[in-house]
Amino acid sequence: MLSDDLRDLYQQVILDHSRNPRNSGELPPPCLHAHGDNPSCGDEIDVWVRVGENGHIDDLKFTGQGCAISQASASMMTQKIKGKSKDEAAAVREDFRRVVMGDGAPANEDALGELILLEGVQKFPQRVKCAMLAWRALEQALEGK
Amino acid sequence: MDWPRIRSDFPILDQQVNGFPLVYLDNAASSQKPRAVIQTLSHYYERDNANVHRALHELSNRATEAFEAARKKAAHFIGAASEDEIIFTRGTTEGINLVANTWGTQNVRAGDVILVTGMEHHSNLIPWQMLAQRTGATLKYIPVLDDGTLDSDAIENLLTEQVKLFAFVHISNSLGTINPAKELIAKAKALGAVTLLDGAQSAGHMPIDVRDLGCDFFVFSGHKMCGPTGIGVLYGRMALLEAMPPWHGGGEMILSVTMEGSTYKAPPQRFEAGTPDIAGVIGLGAAIDYLQAIGLENIQRHDHNLANYAMQRMSEVPGIRILGPQSGHRGALVAFHLDFAHPHDLVEFANSHGVAMRGGHHCTQPLMKRFKVPGTTRASFYFYNTIEEINSLVEVLLLARKFFT
Ligand SMILES: Cc1ncc(COP(=O)(O)O)c(C=O)c1O
Repeated sequence: MLSDDLRDLYQQVILDHSRNPRNSGELPPPCLHAHGDNPSCGDEIDVWVRVGENGHIDDLKFTGQGCAISQASASMMTQKIKGKSKDEAAAVREDFRRVVMGDGAPANEDALGELILLEGVQKFPQRVKCAMLAWRALEQALEGK
Repeated sequence: MDWPRIRSDFPILDQQVNGFPLVYLDNAASSQKPRAVIQTLSHYYERDNANVHRALHELSNRATEAFEAARKKAAHFIGAASEDEIIFTRGTTEGINLVANTWGTQNVRAGDVILVTGMEHHSNLIPWQMLAQRTGATLKYIPVLDDGTLDSDAIENLLTEQVKLFAFVHISNSLGTINPAKELIAKAKALGAVTLLDGAQSAGHMPIDVRDLGCDFFVFSGHKMCGPTGIGVLYGRMALLEAMPPWHGGGEMILSVTMEGSTYKAPPQRFEAGTPDIAGVIGLGAAIDYLQAIGLENIQRHDHNLANYAMQRMSEVPGIRILGPQSGHRGALVAFHLDFAHPHDLVEFANSHGVAMRGGHHCTQPLMKRFKVPGTTRASFYFYNTIEEINSLVEVLLLARKFFT
């Protein structure tokens, strides 16, 4: 007998992403890179981003280790963000943040696609930082921090 | 022993969590409290509350009497020669910091070696790192072998006359290893080193006799052995305590004060500046009474049975890797890694079944690196846990396997 909250948190699509992460690996230079970690639980992620001349994210990859939520979020992020402009990426990131924190409605829910499945994180406030780990690293990489 | 009756002394255990009976297996982080301790605390606040050592009125007399009685109990609990060797602290961490900042500052010099082990809790590591940085001393580590025991060959090489202090954990909170404390202390003493034993996981789990162990300092926390949070004990051999300078300055620790300077009281008051955690101390005394009424040998035996059974049953889970000694000769905890679930996910899954465990690095990051795991999940037991609860745990691990693969 499993609680619905837990089933929502670990939907099949999420578990599939965590077991078979998409876009896993490093990008060769030149590219942007950032490292993110959650010291309290030991989750780590490295994100590599290549921004094309037109300002679009031509490619991005990640490596890391951590819980299913942090890995699935990273995997889904790379799929969603590839091909987007920096501004579009920032908008998706903000909408995703709202969804996992339960902090208001996303401005463009349709644009989130599969990412909406991580909505279940809302019920587990301690896991928000897992879901956001890759996104913080992406932001840092893009801002060159 | 009537363990079911003893279990019923703990009101908190009788509750449902997420629709399941609570199975509390995070005792290495903090234990639950028996009614006797809870009632002692409320009785103190309802009847006897006043500051200690200061006034002559009735309530202050009662508070002071109960406070000093607890010091005697603590001395008896660990076999100290005198209650004056018992310093009340906030816990293990504060006790170690006190030693580092008093004895350490006074005695450790550039070129000296501070020896610890690769399985120390951060609280028996960071204070020595800081002391080494301050003084120019070198911090050295005894390596941990694959089976979770200390490398005895390395000990022979590392334990030299340069070692000023040897500080190590009695029972490891992340591996369950029981270190051969008496033997190690004897070796270190023969070379002139001062020894500190971190008893956070051994006090309340087995009989402790500091004079038999031979250590100079012994530290433990009340909250891991049925006592309140915020209270612990630093034991120090009187000859050392007497020579140590104070750490915190303030009321209670001075003999006389002038504008030019002050003289300090003898131990233990020299190290207890300010109003202490009076309720905590009295509550700790009640916890000691409670544990001694059950008997530390009985608790140790029960711990051992639970650990043995858990090792046996948990090894049946496919994909499990148990850290530390592979035998039942271990503390009452089992830390493990599952190849199908990250500790974080497993702990969440277990929690949804009412099972409380801890996942992460357990404040031993260097050790996690040593065993090449990002973290582990830890099930830690105390005498109120049951065989049935271990069965529930194993069932949840098997369910998790189905869920995550
Ligand atoms: C081995 C060990 N040492 C030290 C500590 C620190 O104890 P406290 O946090 O009560 O000061 C702990 C508790 O987690 C421990 O397990």
